[in-house]
Amino acid sequence: MAARAKRPAAPGELTKKFWATAVMWLLVAVYGVPVLWFLLSSFKPAGELFSYPLTLFSKHPTIKGYTQAWTSFDFAQYFLNTLIVAVAATALTIVASAMCGYALAKYNNWWIRAFTVCILATTMLPGEVILSPLFLVVRDLGMYNSIAAVVVPSVITATGTFMFRQFFLSVPNDLLEAARIDGSGELSTFLRIMLPLSRPIIMTLAVFSFQWRWNDYIWPLIVLNDPNKFTLQIGVASIVGAENVNWSVLLGASVLSMVPLVVIYLVFQKYVMNADINAGLKD
Amino acid sequence: MVDSIRPTASEPSPEVRRGPEPVRPRQRNGRRKRYTGAPLVLISINLLLFVTFFVWPAITGLMYSFTSYTGVGPAPWVGLDNYQRLLQDDAFYAALIRTLVYTAGVVPLTIVLSLGTAVLLTSPYAKGKTIARIVFFLPWLISPIIAGVIWRWLFGENFGLVNYLITSLGGKEVAWQSNGNLSLIVVIIAAAWGGTAFNMLLFVAALKNVPTAYYEAASLDGAGSWAKFRRITLPAIAPTTFIVVLLSILHSMKEYALIKAINDGGPGSTNNLLVQYIYTKGFERAQIGYASAASFVLMLILMIVAIIQLVMNRRKES
Repeated sequence: MAARAKRPAAPGELTKKFWATAVMWLLVAVYGVPVLWFLLSSFKPAGELFSYPLTLFSKHPTIKGYTQAWTSFDFAQYFLNTLIVAVAATALTIVASAMCGYALAKYNNWWIRAFTVCILATTMLPGEVILSPLFLVVRDLGMYNSIAAVVVPSVITATGTFMFRQFFLSVPNDLLEAARIDGSGELSTFLRIMLPLSRPIIMTLAVFSFQWRWNDYIWPLIVLNDPNKFTLQIGVASIVGAENVNWSVLLGASVLSMVPLVVIYLVFQKYVMNADINAGLKD
Repeated sequence: MVDSIRPTASEPSPEVRRGPEPVRPRQRNGRRKRYTGAPLVLISINLLLFVTFFVWPAITGLMYSFTSYTGVGPAPWVGLDNYQRLLQDDAFYAALIRTLVYTAGVVPLTIVLSLGTAVLLTSPYAKGKTIARIVFFLPWLISPIIAGVIWRWLFGENFGLVNYLITSLGGKEVAWQSNGNLSLIVVIIAAAWGGTAFNMLLFVAALKNVPTAYYEAASLDGAGSWAKFRRITLPAIAPTTFIVVLLSILHSMKEYALIKAINDGGPGSTNNLLVQYIYTKGFERAQIGYASAASFVLMLILMIVAIIQLVMNRRKES
């Protein structure tokens, strides 16, 4: 950004370029190698996984780990459950966060301000801290062992609410006033004018929320009891916790379980990278 | 300041001049008061969820922490007994100290890595940022459970790539799984690796907002890169750094899934962290009352961390 002048690069600039690029690619290696090694290993047949000397590429590449993972566990079921959880929670999170964020940004009642502080408090005191009483509440509500028990408590998120709040603060009040003068009701102004404006935030939060819920582990583990309702993370963790870890199946299952997120990220990359998520939490 | 002077200066004059004029501000006030229905509807979902899944469990949890409730049947009142037992429980202290050590290891490492990657991704000098961005982001997509599997696979004692490389270079196999301290180090590395992307995102947004004019002015004064980074960049992104430190501490204090997948708090129970301790007591041994007491100690620690940071931030700003 600073070097937008088109003068020929000074020798100092060249060394800077060299070092910055070198350090960056070193870090790329550090961050990428674990995943790469993991991916390449997942294509090795079970016998080759532990045979020394280790090789980067398999001599007899196979997808047996994947097919085994898919068939020996109820993987399709886990996949479906996780998908339902992630989609439902994401949809609800967006609706709730958009509405609440808008209210926090555009109305000035004392109880709105008080509620802002309450929402902020939920970032400080996350669900893990009230794990056992939260479980009791969910059980007493009769939701134990249902998909709803995983979805509903996770709908309220401070990050999502504040992302919307911050966005709506940047929308000029004149727009709201104009709509009021035109006789538009408050809720219809929100639905027809404000919500469509916030599309980039909706996209960003959708990716975030999907990732959170797809990767959740401890909460689904606690509220789900029936193996038919397990999510992918519980399924994978059960392979890890087995007496003898079947690495071939574990690698295949792990890679399969992260495919959807990688795809979603690649599609929505630009929204994620431009997300100004910290703006909301600054004050 | 200017805004507050204007209305008081202009309001009295129309009131004196004409009769119907003052209706306007009053009507405006009246209308503003009317907006209780809409905001109430808008926050209703969050309010309901907040009360049900936050206030209610927090209050019942606090109450249960004074009982020996097991999840079913009666909840006999035991007063501060749970807290006293907790303070005498070596396993709790061990978990608490391990959690603090873990946090002290993860947070600085995460901050350095996420700030470093963010600076590189916004730097005009680094080449190949498109690929780098995707690679740096990959760990965020990978769940803690899978990340645990990946690092367990890399650091396996007699099958892992790391030990293979060490032995190929003539070293001795390192006991990454059976030595408590070494296995904690593996978890710390894995956590920093997994925690970088999100914080990097926060830093990238902050770095993009630093006015380039500052750097240009500093360049004219002959400031070097490091001086510019220390004198301009760091102060400018301080609010974000504050958030990142706070969120990272809160996050690592409640780590569970990652350590579960890497070594299940092992070897033995050496690396049990607080949430794992709470989980074991509450859900495996059904000591809900006792686990609630442990939860409230964790909550107290998190609140103290948050308050200390807020106070420090205030002081720095003033």
